[in-house]
Amino acid sequence: MSLLQVKNLVVEFRHRRGTLRALDDISFDIAPGEILGVVGESGAGKSLTGASIIGLLEPPGRVASGEILLEGRRIDNLPFDEMRKVRGRQIGAIFQDPLTSLNPLYSVGRQLIETITTHLPVNQAEARQRAIQLLRDTGIPAAEQRIDHFSHQFSGGMRQRVVIALALAAEPQLIVADEPTTALDVSIQAQIITLLKNICKERGAAVMLITHDMGVIAETCDRVAVMYAGRIAEIGPVHEVINHPAHPYTAGLMACIPDMSVDRERLHQIDGAMPRLNAIPAGCAYNPRCDRVLDRCHDERPDLMPAGVTRAACWLHAPAVARGEEVSQ
Amino acid sequence: MSAQPIDLTTPAVVVHQAAPATAQTVSVASEPLVRATDLAKTFDVSAPWLNRVLERQPRQLLRAVDGVSFDIPRGETLALVGESGCGKSTVARLLVGLYEPTRGGFEFDGQDAHAAFKTPAGRQLRRRIQMIFQDPYASLNPRWVVEDIIAEPLREHGIETEPVALRARVDALLHSVGLSPHDRVKYPHQFSGGQRQRISIARALATQPEFLVCDEPTSALDVSVQAQVLNIMKDLQRERGLTYLFISHNLAVVRHVSDRVGVMYLGRLVELAPKHTLFDTPRHPYTRMLLDAIPKMHDTGKARTPVSGEVPNPLNPPTGCAFNPRCPHVNERCRNERPELQTIGGVRVACHAVEEGRI
Repeated sequence: MSLLQVKNLVVEFRHRRGTLRALDDISFDIAPGEILGVVGESGAGKSLTGASIIGLLEPPGRVASGEILLEGRRIDNLPFDEMRKVRGRQIGAIFQDPLTSLNPLYSVGRQLIETITTHLPVNQAEARQRAIQLLRDTGIPAAEQRIDHFSHQFSGGMRQRVVIALALAAEPQLIVADEPTTALDVSIQAQIITLLKNICKERGAAVMLITHDMGVIAETCDRVAVMYAGRIAEIGPVHEVINHPAHPYTAGLMACIPDMSVDRERLHQIDGAMPRLNAIPAGCAYNPRCDRVLDRCHDERPDLMPAGVTRAACWLHAPAVARGEEVSQ
Repeated sequence: MSAQPIDLTTPAVVVHQAAPATAQTVSVASEPLVRATDLAKTFDVSAPWLNRVLERQPRQLLRAVDGVSFDIPRGETLALVGESGCGKSTVARLLVGLYEPTRGGFEFDGQDAHAAFKTPAGRQLRRRIQMIFQDPYASLNPRWVVEDIIAEPLREHGIETEPVALRARVDALLHSVGLSPHDRVKYPHQFSGGQRQRISIARALATQPEFLVCDEPTSALDVSVQAQVLNIMKDLQRERGLTYLFISHNLAVVRHVSDRVGVMYLGRLVELAPKHTLFDTPRHPYTRMLLDAIPKMHDTGKARTPVSGEVPNPLNPPTGCAFNPRCPHVNERCRNERPELQTIGGVRVACHAVEEGRI
């Protein structure tokens, strides 16, 4: 049974001149203990998907249709106070910038203890012990002293460790990590990724890891969803998606990344840019940039369909069309 | 560009031996375009005078760049890599004259650039050195249309003042970076990040510079857009014989664009080598650590052992080698004596362990 199920999620922004559909028919699920990567370019809707799950969509954004279920219980229509209990207790969140996700006026200990006592039946002293243990688990040296320090007294990497400790404070089953390493240096990034991976494996927490960095995805995730213009273009086991991409967009994205082992004079490039929300092309949103475009792509929108081991939203994998194409050629 | 296929076909060993030899012949036969000698920049970050007196605090000096020497032959790309706070961007700002060096200096085409910047003739020099900044959202004036942005350097340097010819120049520049002449009348907010970075490139190219200092030009961009910008930069280099100083923290990008790579740590160069040598046989422990830290795309799910520790506070750097608290090969000498950059086995490296043959 899946821990998290997202079914046909649609998120819209209403404004004076109409409605923008930012997420369009997103469906996926996450099993307990699984790490799902969500990758895509800026504006693809990665963060919005994360924000909808933790119930922190900023108005005027709203879930227009679809369902989000956590352990079979709908959480997308919960009242604010109910959702507050779920958030923190069952779903933890880690954001990109560790400086803005910590309160600069409270010591990190106070923030940790507050989270622990809100969600778990423990007293202050127990909560403090627990907080120290969490800091220790996330690799902060001299946790007994550091617990009374303020966020500005920590370096960027240490701050992100505190944020991870905070997200884990109430033992959530799911952690939504939105670009947790983007603001960090490469060596620190490697430390944080390893920490996140190990600590979640130990505690059996599932992770939804949102990032634009394919390298981080390759190293960390079990499965990956590639997003484009508010839809999932491809979803499947990470090894398959990276080495045998089924969707032309995934293939293009992978080819853009400079490869450390090959010398190339020019990088592969996908011409053009992702469409704006008010100008998403008819049919497949990727069709103007696609190098394997079919007639059908211009007016019929593909849904996710099986493509080998993965699932891709691409007409190339529609059985009838694949045959038809061979005939026409 | 003719060196490229040779590098590919010759075994790495030959590149090793060839590298210092060519460096010498270049310096004897034709001067490199850019030569930095013992370049240093110290910032005074002391508390205000009254606080220092009342609280008896000493002056605090931050050595952002501490004695960096390198040269860049004409038409080549030198990349500087390192983590935040290592002084990469300060080097960039020193080279375009935004900062004045505390010590040392740099020669551009045989003349002392910082002395020249102060004279009226320095304008001519500034025309030949241009910079591309990291953030295309912050480096373009939001209230100017693209035409004004790109024409500004042309007007400022008096290269083109006649309106019709100016417009033609702007159109040609837009075309060279893959934008349309219709974009001339648009404002920066009407463009995506990658297009804005192309506008910055067009602006930098307006004065027909020979040397471009690029400070993290693609860090703010998505990978597909990054590929477009890197391709344009390489095409322009080939067409116009440009010389680049390319600053980045992304080693894969550096490997793609550069001819030689300098690795910086706390304001000093720790290793300087031709790119294939550096990526195939890194010598300095810090370079090895950086290379290990890159996620490997195609062996998914493999665990790594990341190097522990963080970059020390530059206000209070460790004695001896600055990398010693994180280095797996540290010994007593590393803690006390600072290693100098020296040529060992064909590459420039500052490490006692490499010098003593311990690694």
